[in-house]
Amino acid sequence: MNALHQRYGEEIEGVLSKYPADQKRSAVMPLLYIAQREHGYVTREQLDQIGEILGISSTDVASIVGFYTLYHDGPGGKYRIQVCNDLPCALRGADEFLDQLCERLQVRPGGTTADGIVTVEDVMCLAACHRAPMFQVQSRTEITYHEDQTVDSAMLLVQGWRQGNG
Amino acid sequence: MNEILLRHREIPNLDQLPIYRQNKGFVTFQRAVTSMKPDEVTEIVKASGLRGRGGAGFPTGMKWSFIDENNWPHYVTANADESEPGTFKDREIMESNPFQFLEGVMLCAYAIGAKVAYVYLRGEFWQLAAELDKHIEYLEREGLLGEKLFDTEYGLRIYTHIGAGAYICGEETAMLESLEGKLGQPRLRPPFPPSFGLYGKPTVVNNVETLTSVPLIVERGADWFRGFGTEKSPGTKIFSLSGNVERPGNYELPLGATFRELIFTHGGGIPGDRKIKAIMPAGASSSLIVADEKALDAPMDYENVPSVGAMLGSASIIVIDDSVSMDWLIKKTVRFFAHESCGKCTPCREGTYWMKHITERICGGGANWEDVILLNEVATGIKGKCLCALGDFATEAVTSSIERFRADFEAKAQPAPVSIETKVGAK
Repeated sequence: MNALHQRYGEEIEGVLSKYPADQKRSAVMPLLYIAQREHGYVTREQLDQIGEILGISSTDVASIVGFYTLYHDGPGGKYRIQVCNDLPCALRGADEFLDQLCERLQVRPGGTTADGIVTVEDVMCLAACHRAPMFQVQSRTEITYHEDQTVDSAMLLVQGWRQGNG
Repeated sequence: MNEILLRHREIPNLDQLPIYRQNKGFVTFQRAVTSMKPDEVTEIVKASGLRGRGGAGFPTGMKWSFIDENNWPHYVTANADESEPGTFKDREIMESNPFQFLEGVMLCAYAIGAKVAYVYLRGEFWQLAAELDKHIEYLEREGLLGEKLFDTEYGLRIYTHIGAGAYICGEETAMLESLEGKLGQPRLRPPFPPSFGLYGKPTVVNNVETLTSVPLIVERGADWFRGFGTEKSPGTKIFSLSGNVERPGNYELPLGATFRELIFTHGGGIPGDRKIKAIMPAGASSSLIVADEKALDAPMDYENVPSVGAMLGSASIIVIDDSVSMDWLIKKTVRFFAHESCGKCTPCREGTYWMKHITERICGGGANWEDVILLNEVATGIKGKCLCALGDFATEAVTSSIERFRADFEAKAQPAPVSIETKVGAK
């Protein structure tokens, strides 16, 4: 098949087995997550590879990347701190939290720190309204929730990443 | 009371299969598969009066009975895309009471003859999906999922499928599109999913909370369930309480409990010396209710919330205190819907974009009263003109706040010429 399939053959076949044999396209989202593990974003080459595995065009795959916010088409920080500042969180101080966090990290929302470790983003509701301020951290391999946060607790987390090589 | 959905708060370790089974877990599913006809399960759910907990409140048993018997295979898709600002109930269920949810999926699947069910979780619930996968594997090892269950001809597989950050995928047909590997954009309805759903096959789409209600209904009967709640809104419901309130969180109460009971008795009231100003009972999609005495005493159920000017929806109660100005509030809700509009219908795609700019202008103090009128007109131009409800949802807070909290806008957008003022007052 292709390089992506060679590297993750067993996992990809496992994903495909969830869907009817004639509905392979259903696997596009799980395959994009697999691809994104490699660089933290989806490359042009990977769009072609996923398209080839599923029998759809690279453009179709790219449209999925563009539509859904958890896929990225370009590099960002190693960790993406995604702060929810929708209404319920904002009523509990999420806007101030985001401002102060950005100030401490010397970035604007959407920006990446100079050392390339952290990207800070403001995102839509994460279903944790009762434990704001909160954010999720998206890395290449996983998404984790961090609730009832302060700027200090968030900075401690960042410090840990920085010490752990970055 | 945590009688039905949040039982894990009373029964420690209910998220472990042996404990769930000690509490009669999967006894009902086994009994259904071995000694009940699929229709009998549907009839019990129908008689219970259970209504969809995702927001629309459609009678669940009736939805199941609409499944097209002349077109096979059938599918169940559980809607775990919980993304409404203010809603965080399905997450707690799946984290802490996952087997009751899965048993609900299984009973629904048996009732409609589905041999495959998908649980569509929002991408942010990545860890939760991994946990559910483990639970599903465990059920397969225990012989509760798989082929020829309990030596019958019936077999069932459940798979998780995760989204990737799109509120619109909580709309049932957008979810089906997304599950098919396409953009999450709503379909034109009818046909509805029970006749044309996943892969064009008959499909029941139910919310997590709805499905989690099912096992105890089938175990204990429709009359037992009707012992909670009101005649038209039977059962209990999880109210997700957030915003300016002392103790935010999930509260399971009978439908028909009052706003006052939820916000002041359970939620501990408003922090500091602030006063309650408004309530949004259905998350960011909600109209703003003026929190007067009448509203606080209104029962929270499907039939009574409209009498105070909103819908119950998914019962995500956002409490707003008197420090909040409504021009700021709608700037927040409109930003959300502008971001989440899928782009399929022009009134929603363009209208939310324009509302975003106008609300930013008003909130920033750079607007005059004509901008408020323009905002109201754009909102009116969206309403009722889109394939799904997202467009309408985007307008609810806007039009209701201009109507009911007019002073907040007058303070931001001076002056208010008399002739134009009359125009906004008109319905």
